[in-house]
Amino acid sequence: MLHNIDPNDLPRGFQRLMSHGKAAPAMLQRRSFLKLAGASGLALGAFPHVAFGQSKGAVASTLKPTQQPSAFVQIARNGEVTITINRLEFGQGVNTGLPMILAEELDADWSLVRSKHGTNDMAYADPLFGIHLTGGSHTIKNSYTQYRELGARARAMLLNAAAAKWKVDVAALRTQAGVVLGPRNLKASYGELAEAAMALPVPETVTLKDPKNFRIIGRPTQRLDAQAKTSGRQDFGIDMRLAGQLTAVVARPPVFGGRLISVDDSAAKAIKGVKAVLRVPLDGGAEGVAVVADGYWQATQGRDALKLEWDTSQIEKVDSERQLTQYRELARQPGPRKMDADMAPLATAPRQIEAEFIFPYLAHAAMEPLNCTVRLADDRAEIWMGSQCAGLDAGAAAKALGLKPEQVVVNVLMAGGGFGRRFSSTSDVAVEACAIAKGAREAGLDAPVRTVWSREDDMKGGYYRPMHLHRARIGFDDTGKVLAWDHVIVGQSITTGTVFGAFQVKDGIDATATEGMRDPYPLPMRLTVHHPKLNVPVLWWRSVGSTHTAFVMETLLDEIARATKQDPVAYRMALFGDTHPRHRAALQLAVDKSGYGKAKLAAGRAWGVAVHESFDSVVAYVVEASVKDGQPVLHKVTSGVHCNLVVNPRSVEAQVQGAAVMGLSMCLAGSATTLKDGVVEQSNFGDYTVARITDVPEFAVHIVPSADPPTGMGEPGLPPLAPAFANAIALLTGKPLRQLPFAIA
Amino acid sequence: MLALTINGREHTLDVDPATPILWALRDTLGMTGTKFGCGAALCGACTVHLDGEAIRSCSTPVSEAVGKKIATIEAVTAGADRVGAAVHAAWVKHDVAQCGYCQSGQIMSATAFIASLPRGKQPSSDEIDTAMAGNICRCGTYARIRAAIADASRSLV
Repeated sequence: MLHNIDPNDLPRGFQRLMSHGKAAPAMLQRRSFLKLAGASGLALGAFPHVAFGQSKGAVASTLKPTQQPSAFVQIARNGEVTITINRLEFGQGVNTGLPMILAEELDADWSLVRSKHGTNDMAYADPLFGIHLTGGSHTIKNSYTQYRELGARARAMLLNAAAAKWKVDVAALRTQAGVVLGPRNLKASYGELAEAAMALPVPETVTLKDPKNFRIIGRPTQRLDAQAKTSGRQDFGIDMRLAGQLTAVVARPPVFGGRLISVDDSAAKAIKGVKAVLRVPLDGGAEGVAVVADGYWQATQGRDALKLEWDTSQIEKVDSERQLTQYRELARQPGPRKMDADMAPLATAPRQIEAEFIFPYLAHAAMEPLNCTVRLADDRAEIWMGSQCAGLDAGAAAKALGLKPEQVVVNVLMAGGGFGRRFSSTSDVAVEACAIAKGAREAGLDAPVRTVWSREDDMKGGYYRPMHLHRARIGFDDTGKVLAWDHVIVGQSITTGTVFGAFQVKDGIDATATEGMRDPYPLPMRLTVHHPKLNVPVLWWRSVGSTHTAFVMETLLDEIARATKQDPVAYRMALFGDTHPRHRAALQLAVDKSGYGKAKLAAGRAWGVAVHESFDSVVAYVVEASVKDGQPVLHKVTSGVHCNLVVNPRSVEAQVQGAAVMGLSMCLAGSATTLKDGVVEQSNFGDYTVARITDVPEFAVHIVPSADPPTGMGEPGLPPLAPAFANAIALLTGKPLRQLPFAIA
Repeated sequence: MLALTINGREHTLDVDPATPILWALRDTLGMTGTKFGCGAALCGACTVHLDGEAIRSCSTPVSEAVGKKIATIEAVTAGADRVGAAVHAAWVKHDVAQCGYCQSGQIMSATAFIASLPRGKQPSSDEIDTAMAGNICRCGTYARIRAAIADASRSLV
């Protein structure tokens, strides 16, 4: 998400948003900061950070909050270094990757490094976007230099503290894994020096290490949360337990935007443990009924006992079958163009392909159901949640509660997946939880309230990867040269009408719908885009536009190669020419390691190839697949990955495997969210398919070595999986697959 | 009042007998290592052992556990359970977890599976897949789950 943007526009854009009061993350308060520091040792450089937050008489510093080590590095007396991550950790591994980067320049003893989440404080804003957010595979890319500099600043302060203590020139000192070493065998641990170091000024400029001296970055490193996550000790948002806390669940309207005619809560209130039944406003102008109880089970018992009458009479009721007909009709209409080219050759091209592609709505279906815990006082609110955009959520919560933005703190907690769902422009999860907490308080319940979504709420409650229809008409010659490519995309815009529209929508076209089209192939393409408005909330979903554009591009190019009897790898390589070395390198690596074209395949298997760049990283897959009992089976996936410099190779491997599995999920029968008369038809993992271990192939992940500044890997492994799989199946059946999930006739 | 034996300790709970074991653990006893994923025995995140057998605690009422022994992730990976300790060690070694939310359930299923094998038997990859088919991991850690189970079984010979 939030890609294809001129970075220079971002801070300005977000400032504009914030000036409208939509989001204004608070500065870390001195009080809370010192308390934080006291909890587990000393916060390095606390003074300058605090000074920065005080307007009058502060010591001049040109450093921004995001550059102050105080908010990021805590060193305890025993030498433990706790590094705060400015992101949500929800599986992608940044709570290990970011500490690795900082610890490298700090020259920390890695065995003593810990990590923790931050808050919506401005210190934890993305240095480019100016707000706390996690998405677009941006973390390592945007915070690589930031975290290196933070580590280097903290190290410089520790060196200066040692120099002062020993009365020697700082140039005579060096560091080694958490220890400062000086002349005459002088030696002091970071833990011993932290208190003195914290009183020193933060250096404005620092020299970073020569990457050839890296000893942490680039080393395969175990996740810092590996122990906690395998012993039941890792707390997630849903595990919040505050004294006296109550749990709420919400009865939601059957159709998006539905409102209540009547509520009979007499049976619900009679259930033991039910404390209150509240009529609450929901996302998109809807209404719902929250049942607040001692625990989740009592709350759901109460919800089941509600007798509700809904008014959906004036609401558009989307029906997937009807919608497809409408989209086909729309695809024939003229519309705004993202790209243009001369289409005259289409009339005379010796070879033609006409193709229609259909992609359904998709629920994110993260394993941890959505949840948010809110504790209210007269003049403040504290929120705990696994948020992908604590910056936005804090602003939206303040508005919902009638508080000032600085009166709201969002504590970011570990999340059990998210894939985009924990980042909605309306902050629907946080706002709903705030409305419930407020209602409960008004009803006389002075208790924190944790709102939990059931799996059914998650599946039926909105925000899906939009349904898309693509139509292509391609004219090419006998050599496979494309003469003209007329392409249409129909699908709801994710960002129009949201705070992100200003960056993403241009001339009526949402960049999140077209990313991944054409490039890097030099094709004469005309791309028309239609964004119908429908009563289904849509959102980014891991790898966003590339979830459908990569499939269309990579299967159609394969089809042209097959039609002109060319090897699909050679055909792509020729199109890349000399101008796309990363694509070439990734694809070549996958080809070499898989044995493509050389190794003998098991009977009934075929090779499939696809390569795609998303979020600045390139992933190529060479797969082996077969058809068994009429069903496509994926056996083996060999990948070539280009994400520039790798911080943690184990993490890159995990992200590629995981994203590939999510890409595989899209291919499986039953992996679709559909609507009938406005009602989402799927409700749980029984009727919404996600990949299980029995669906999963063998993996081999290979990374192209590079020293260039790193790019992200949370999403780029997803897009090329489905087309590589489809291309193999098309070779076996002779028929291209043009629909997800796959439908073999 | 219901008497339950959980991780070797007796607990007396004032809950409706129809309450799923999951919510007695999480909300009544504060044992949050066992996770809520689907509430319908479809994803396996809530897996615990009832007399050594893997069950879905979200869909098993506490009344069914009376007179039986419940074991949860907290105890199974604490060291005393030989198979649990081996599975836990393999999970850490292979860095299986990504978001980690489903992994309590994965480990509980894997432990019950390995414990059910004749001592010294190495499961085939098909047997591993079949045993683990009820546990969803949306992060897609399956390749490492397979490797960890194979490794844990080997270490127990």
